[in-house]
Amino acid sequence: MIDPARRPPRRRRGTMAILCLWMLGIAAVGGPAGTGAARAADQAAPGAALTALLATPLVADESTADHTAYDELDGPFESGPEVTAACLECHVNAARQLHDTTHWTWSFDNPATGQAGLGKRNVVNNFCISVQSNWPRCTSCHIGYGWEDAGFDHTAETAVDCLVCHDTTGRYVKTPTAAGHPDPAVDLADVARNVGPTSRATCGACHFNGGGEDGVKHGDLDTSLIAPNFALDVHMDAAGLNFQCATCHTTGGHAVTGSRYAPKATDTVGIDVPGHTDETRATCESCHGQTPHEDHSKLNDHTDRVACQTCHIPAFARGARKTKMWWDWSTAGQLAEDGTPVTETDADGYTTYTAKKGTFGWGADVTPEYRWFNGLIRYTRPGEPIDPSGVVTINAVEGAASDPDARIWPFKVMRSRQPYDAGHGVLALPHVFGDDDTAYWGNFDWPKALEAGMRAQPVAFSGSYGFVETETWWPLAHMVAPKDDAVGCNECHTKHGRLAALTDFYMPGRDTYGWLTLAGWGLAGLTLLACVLHGVVRIGAAIRSRLRTG
Amino acid sequence: MVKERVMVFSRFERFWHWSQAVLIIALMITGFEVNGAYRWLGYEQAAQWHRLAAWVLIGLWVFVLFWHAITGEWKQYIPTRRGILAVARYYTTGILDASVPHPYRKTRMAKHNPLQRLAYLAFNVLISPVIWISGLLYMFYNAWVHTGLEGPVTLGTVALVHTAAAFAMLIFFVGHVYLAAFAGKPFYAYLKAMITGYDLLYIDPAEDPCRDRRPTPPAT
Repeated sequence: MIDPARRPPRRRRGTMAILCLWMLGIAAVGGPAGTGAARAADQAAPGAALTALLATPLVADESTADHTAYDELDGPFESGPEVTAACLECHVNAARQLHDTTHWTWSFDNPATGQAGLGKRNVVNNFCISVQSNWPRCTSCHIGYGWEDAGFDHTAETAVDCLVCHDTTGRYVKTPTAAGHPDPAVDLADVARNVGPTSRATCGACHFNGGGEDGVKHGDLDTSLIAPNFALDVHMDAAGLNFQCATCHTTGGHAVTGSRYAPKATDTVGIDVPGHTDETRATCESCHGQTPHEDHSKLNDHTDRVACQTCHIPAFARGARKTKMWWDWSTAGQLAEDGTPVTETDADGYTTYTAKKGTFGWGADVTPEYRWFNGLIRYTRPGEPIDPSGVVTINAVEGAASDPDARIWPFKVMRSRQPYDAGHGVLALPHVFGDDDTAYWGNFDWPKALEAGMRAQPVAFSGSYGFVETETWWPLAHMVAPKDDAVGCNECHTKHGRLAALTDFYMPGRDTYGWLTLAGWGLAGLTLLACVLHGVVRIGAAIRSRLRTG
Repeated sequence: MVKERVMVFSRFERFWHWSQAVLIIALMITGFEVNGAYRWLGYEQAAQWHRLAAWVLIGLWVFVLFWHAITGEWKQYIPTRRGILAVARYYTTGILDASVPHPYRKTRMAKHNPLQRLAYLAFNVLISPVIWISGLLYMFYNAWVHTGLEGPVTLGTVALVHTAAAFAMLIFFVGHVYLAAFAGKPFYAYLKAMITGYDLLYIDPAEDPCRDRRPTPPAT
């Protein structure tokens, strides 16, 4: 029994915690900034943006400055860099701060794996495969202006795009094929006068549309998160805590915490106390600690080996959008009899085939796949040898039950069939986008596209190519479900459950020793049989003696 | 010497026996479900009830150990070879003939025949401790996994030992239920004694002056 006298303070603590969370939410929104709308090139969810506008509680703008009052922002502005030049008149260090970030460099060296030369500009993926040679299309998601080729000047301060992150109007749109430059129709002065903190909508303009379309790449990030409800994400719930991306992905000097290349698989620091810890809330433990289950100590026993996400993200693509699960480049290039590229869509309007890209498979409400993960990811970089006889894992996540730094994590596994250089045994890097006679999307000629694409890396192309199955592993951390929807014990602690693929440890409810089961039930059965026979013989003897005497 | 109806199983002993029986049956049902033999409650419920029953049983045994130590009843389980063959012979052949009496003469302080003593001793000092120690290690895996014990001992090892002991318990259970509930004369005689507490014992007034309807009180 809990001493009733101790209850009131406990209740007060709970109230305080809720208050703190609420205040965090408000601070993160920082005013009408949080009401930004979708600007996905795809514009798949204008309705969702409207909902965001209506659902987001309006709170007082906490900024000490009123950008609408500045003469510098009167405009008119002819281009993005002109706006940046105006911003830099006051925010003198901002561009240099951004120049140091992965958001700007698209380049990442990972000391933990010793792999240098990672980052978006360098790595291979199994969506559109490679950035190099396709710059203007890919760099429409760069936080800069004019990255049209490998010669882009990364030291240019006015090339930084302030608006793509700090727009609050929802009217700022980058043209999908213009190397990061905004749509000419955008009223840049209007956007510039209405800057504010980042929001789900601004971060999501790129991160919800990775892979070229809404929800394609990550599975746990799509435009449904611009205005999610509680069921879709308990923290970002627009009518509730209303967390923005930066609420967890804390920033300092324009550097954003959290990394795709070096994720933190286990946060042993726990609750983030300023001055004592790592100054980031980009892990669940940063706020919840390592023993967050107050009434279920057995669940706390799991947190050292099971990531929070594993139970609390029971499925991905749980919002309004499907995510791409399969991409087969080998079927690309089909033209109709009149020479026009073939396109097919499914009943829900999702493209299932285009001549430019091949065959697609989509998934909604997908059960993740699970792996041990210690935060180390090893990439198959351009020009590195592959084994085309099997499935090539482009980003191999590392970890094992025997590795104390590893936990079981949920992943979206993207599977593709993509071109490889059959002569050199390396992944091929096609030139797909561009107004020239080698780009695949204009000419449907693989040898030309591969020759041009690989020359840009440069990786030598042997001239012969084939298609190889590949997979990429995307750790899931968003679309955190309400606790009632979390994965229950029985879904893993059972034969053929969610963790059936992880066989390097003993899990109660799933694993048994076959010989022991056989011996145990066998001996118990024999004992029972002996007892039954003994009883039968006794009954027989009793009947016989009764017959004899009777 | 005369045979007399005597209180053999005190109220506490009967309470212990039957609550232990219920708990062990519950532990076996839930435990073998956790072990994957069948699906009934589901892992979560099965494991939860298994832990609960285990704690109740451990609590019960704290009292039981204390009781045995204080009353001296633990001596009932001291093994002996004397007459063990005769008892074994009785249960294999003699039992078939209604005229053959049980070769063992129960007394108040030696109420278990040599085979029983051996079986209950195995239950008390082998099966139960192995089950409990492995069960507690199983339950508190998280507390010792990082202490360095892991390496030689893994959760898999603990589960192996625990399951093996559980099978030993199952085998004991089957044999015990048959012999105790169906092998008396009449067949329910032992069962009745364990329910009512009374059994027919040989009483030697000279040897046992403290015969009473209660267990022998401790010497004062």
